[in-house]
Amino acid sequence: MHLCKCNRAMPLHCISKVYFGGTEIFMKLYVSSSPHLRAPITTRRVMGDVLIALLPCVVAGVLLYGFRSLLVVGLSTLFCVALEYLCSLVMKREQTIGDLSAAVTGVLLGLIMPVSVPIHLLFVGCVTAIVVVKQMLGGLGNNFVNPALTARIVMLVSFPTQMTAFTTAQMTDAVTTATPLAKDVAQTALWDLFVGRVGGCIGETCKIAILIGLVYLLARRVISPIIPVCYVGTAALFSLLVGASVPFHLLSGGLLFGAVFMATDYVTSPVSKGGRVLYAVLCGLLTMLIRLYANLPEGVSYAIVLMNIATPLIERIPFGKPFGKGGKSSV
Amino acid sequence: MKKSLFSEKPYRTDGGVSLPHLKETALSPTVKMPPPAYVRLPMQMHIGAPCAPCVKVGDKVLVGQKIGDSEKPFSVPIHASVSGEVTDIAPLRLAGGAVVETVVIASDGEMRQIEHSPISVENEEELIRAVRECGLVGLGGAGFPTHIKLRPGDKKIDTLLINGAECEPYLTSDNREILENSWDVMSGVYLVKKMLGIHRVFICIEKNKPRAIEVLRKIADSSVDYNDEVRVLPLPTSYPQGAEKVLIKSATGREVPEGKLPADVGCIVMNITSISVLSRYIKTGMPLVSKRLTVEGGAVKNKQNVIVPLGTSVSDLLAFVGVSDEDVGKVMFGGPMMGVALESTDVPILKNNNGVVVLTRKEATLGKTTACIHCGRCVSVCPMRLFPLRLEKATERKDTEALERLSQMTCMECGSCAYACPAKRPLVQSMRLGKALLREKNAKKG
Repeated sequence: MHLCKCNRAMPLHCISKVYFGGTEIFMKLYVSSSPHLRAPITTRRVMGDVLIALLPCVVAGVLLYGFRSLLVVGLSTLFCVALEYLCSLVMKREQTIGDLSAAVTGVLLGLIMPVSVPIHLLFVGCVTAIVVVKQMLGGLGNNFVNPALTARIVMLVSFPTQMTAFTTAQMTDAVTTATPLAKDVAQTALWDLFVGRVGGCIGETCKIAILIGLVYLLARRVISPIIPVCYVGTAALFSLLVGASVPFHLLSGGLLFGAVFMATDYVTSPVSKGGRVLYAVLCGLLTMLIRLYANLPEGVSYAIVLMNIATPLIERIPFGKPFGKGGKSSV
Repeated sequence: MKKSLFSEKPYRTDGGVSLPHLKETALSPTVKMPPPAYVRLPMQMHIGAPCAPCVKVGDKVLVGQKIGDSEKPFSVPIHASVSGEVTDIAPLRLAGGAVVETVVIASDGEMRQIEHSPISVENEEELIRAVRECGLVGLGGAGFPTHIKLRPGDKKIDTLLINGAECEPYLTSDNREILENSWDVMSGVYLVKKMLGIHRVFICIEKNKPRAIEVLRKIADSSVDYNDEVRVLPLPTSYPQGAEKVLIKSATGREVPEGKLPADVGCIVMNITSISVLSRYIKTGMPLVSKRLTVEGGAVKNKQNVIVPLGTSVSDLLAFVGVSDEDVGKVMFGGPMMGVALESTDVPILKNNNGVVVLTRKEATLGKTTACIHCGRCVSVCPMRLFPLRLEKATERKDTEALERLSQMTCMECGSCAYACPAKRPLVQSMRLGKALLREKNAKKG
């Protein structure tokens, strides 16, 4: 019998003498460790689902801020994928653009830019996200912070003026007059916040689009509701306790977008249920602390990136006990 | 009113995956394979001490004649499965890689049986003896000697669990056993229950086998069981419900600690075919000489359940059912989740085999392994509440301390993690390696 041992993950091929009804034939049998059956899910499919979930945000961005938003999101995606391709070439790694993770980073990065962002700055952001944060730290699965968010922070710190020049949504005037029944100004303001008729980043302002994306991600079981619910819940509870407007804080800024698309990033969030709860609660707490007591208008990016960094520490806390070791069922 | 010993619903278990059932053979009756030209019977088809052959080359043997036994208690005798002549006694390499002394019998094709008569079982002592003489081992997979299992020493047993979950895809042999020999199953249950003095029996069957549940319930309801101590418990259709520890948790809510046996939490678990075989032995006196196997998979032409004499070569079985020999990718004993891939089909079928699955090359192709994205699916599906992704990393850096801390030994290699992994990482392979590292370390220490 001849055995050839292949790559670790590949099955062994055995040339086997097999008898069928008296005749002797040779056939190649695969031999590998169980299980011999795999779920159809792949990394590519997961990333594809995230892209689909981001689609409503892109559409909302175009409706609210015009076609330049499509240009920004498109270019950032293109830059990210191209940079990933080049990095794989230069670093002599296996080509990974097919897993769509670079495309997800690109779309995310585009959606957290102001629509007026200069293209050369956008490129700097893409380089930070893909080259520095993702590839230089070891590629997919090894980056300890969220690439898109880190890139945004780098840009915000380096180019504060351009990064905070928010254009107010185009549709504002047209639609405000169309809702004469809304007499309460505060209520109108909240409704504007909900649909996104305010200044802000391309994908962050329209809460309807984000919620559609969330429902899709939950339905496809790409993410569990733990992180978004605990994140938003903590922020709401905190604003209630300190007497700030709860709906205002939930609907403004990048809180919802961050809770749904950024804090849930697999690579940089904990895997245990207890760890996820702790991580999300701390994300919410940090966000509100920065918003209310620090010298920054918005705290979502910083809160999530800080918690990304704390994730390995959270993972060291033993949440739950293995079967037969005195622990109770999780969930 | 006395509080019921039975819970209405199964207890919650952790993790689990929902698999395609692929149980096409569930409704077709079992066929019997004609005796092959020869059978090879290894002297060890159980966990424990190997038997010594008690026949010589040239001896004529009959079906059911004992051909191997051992003085040691942790051992189970072997019986001839065909009538004919012993032509050779030599070591043979089995599917798992072990080399075992094997008796080869050339069949005369007549299947003449040894004289046998019903066994009388009046007490526990006689039951245990009968179980051993029957040649019974755990037929569900592990091959643990049943007579040892039924005698747990001073541990108090209050529950008997009959495992008919059959949660692996493709396999339907237990299901067919229930449907075709339901009275054997139930009389076996009542016998063991009576002899061991157990007052709570669960017959655990996954919900995807409604006919089996219905048939056994009917008998259980109509039988002389005044105290209603035997219940059929439908389990959720989730893999791995049939794994011993998960099954016990489902039925009783108890968790068997790492390295302990079901008896340590007051349970005995028996495979449903085991109990049926035992009951037939008591009724007829013919020991375990044949086994029902599900022959399934994309490359099999006539998917069906086949009763084969033990020791039949897999090649002969495949020739009997017909395999498209142009496109065979993988042949394995057992189901696709925990089955063992064969490197050669020239191996004998043993007592604990319950299926042969033959996959086409396409079905056998596993996806390409990519980087772990830390998604946590392996964690959420693990029935043992482990962290497979961390165990894999610990194994990669040979960190035995971390492996211990993360309870590597609790893993039962059910394969749920590797099944669910979107990056297609070979997690079970890594778990086995991790266990080997720990064993190596403990061997050095001891």
